Amino acid sequence: MHEMSLAEGIRQIVEDAGRSQGFNKVKTVVLEIGQLSSVEPDSLRFCFDVVMQDSIAAGAVLQIDSVPGSGWCMQCAETVPVAALYDPCPKCGSYQVQATGGTEMRVKELEIE
Amino acid sequence: MCNVCGCGTGETRLEGEALDHEHEHEHVHADGTVHRHTHHHTDEHAHSHAPYQWVPAGAHGHTHRHADGSVHAHDHVHEGEHIHEHGDDSVHYGQGPAGAHAPGMSQAQMVRIEQNILAKNDGYAERNRGWLADRGILALNLVSSPGSGKTTLLVRTIEELKNQVPVAVVEGDQQTSFDAERIRATGAPALQINTGKGCHLDAHMVGRALEKLSPPEDSVLLVENVGNLVCPAAFDLGEAAKVVVLSVTEGEDKPLKYPDMFAAARLMLVNKIDLLPYLSFDVQKAIDFARRVNPRLEVIQVSATTGAGFADWLGWIDARLDEARAGRQRTVDQLRARIAELEAQLAAKG
Repeated sequence: MHEMSLAEGIRQIVEDAGRSQGFNKVKTVVLEIGQLSSVEPDSLRFCFDVVMQDSIAAGAVLQIDSVPGSGWCMQCAETVPVAALYDPCPKCGSYQVQATGGTEMRVKELEIE
Repeated sequence: MCNVCGCGTGETRLEGEALDHEHEHEHVHADGTVHRHTHHHTDEHAHSHAPYQWVPAGAHGHTHRHADGSVHAHDHVHEGEHIHEHGDDSVHYGQGPAGAHAPGMSQAQMVRIEQNILAKNDGYAERNRGWLADRGILALNLVSSPGSGKTTLLVRTIEELKNQVPVAVVEGDQQTSFDAERIRATGAPALQINTGKGCHLDAHMVGRALEKLSPPEDSVLLVENVGNLVCPAAFDLGEAAKVVVLSVTEGEDKPLKYPDMFAAARLMLVNKIDLLPYLSFDVQKAIDFARRVNPRLEVIQVSATTGAGFADWLGWIDARLDEARAGRQRTVDQLRARIAELEAQLAAKG
């Protein structure tokens, strides 16, 4: 999808951090990507390599930590694990499940030199 | 295309005019220091920057010209040790494998960032939301596949609304201003954003469009996003709600195939229902699929051609307008109360 825009967002965050905290070489970029977020990790990896060229994170390793999806089942009135937005509740089979966790797309940390 | 970031300079256009594009720029000095700063592509500008936290001895200025004709002037130093003092404690020495930091030795360090990837867009979106709220403007972000009938739906909606409330439109398309022209034919002001290679509108583009369009207070702003059921889901524009349009000439299973958009929307309009007699589209199935993704999704069935279901759709907009006005009234009341409080304090002193 819009992984190119996301990669540009990551580059901006990394460059801003480099400027404000005074480092100019990033070895690893660690992301937290929720299972229910709208990100395709493989596509993001491809875009990441392209977008990071000539930046302080050129050639950096991209580590993607996946965050499992969860939702609030209105029938069971509790939080249940779900792997996709359209998945039913694993306990009662109802589709009345509102995504509550695993929607994040965040830059978690950077390994710098 | 901009060859620094690949961001498609000059491709995003507001009514055919290039969106003034602030651009991050980096250059490496002989001593290995890397500078980054923002500038506009077409501007000639001067700036100075000393290496972080360090007073350079023998700094000197120089200018250089870029391929695009912009000229930079800045001070810099060629040699020198780079010492950083951080205002915060985010960079931790002593957490590397050796457990200690030896000066001059390269050591891997972890820096915590914890920042949303779309933070920049979300910041612009909040700014737009505040701007709209201050003026009591209801903004709706209409999203769908290409060809779902969004523009026809908009034209009819404007025709029905325009005697009650002013309506303005922001049109997003990769190319052409055909849609804005169709909207203007209704008498409503419309501004076309061409995203060039971009697949979605972002909050910065919409912010610029708001400045140009300057919709009146207590009005409705309809944003027709780029026809794309995928990318616009992730980009908050500062709208009150996303309205997803699904037409019955598409498949019932679209909500499951493209769940993100249906999850992000507050309302689904099932459009072109006048064509149902000729199709095998199962409306209830489509609604069930959409509610699997988003149990709270509201649904209205409409036909932009015959006007069927429009009373419900216009009623829904009215309810959202009431919310926008009530929100602004609360802000005004709070400000009045604050003014009264301050005046009372002044009177007590004087």
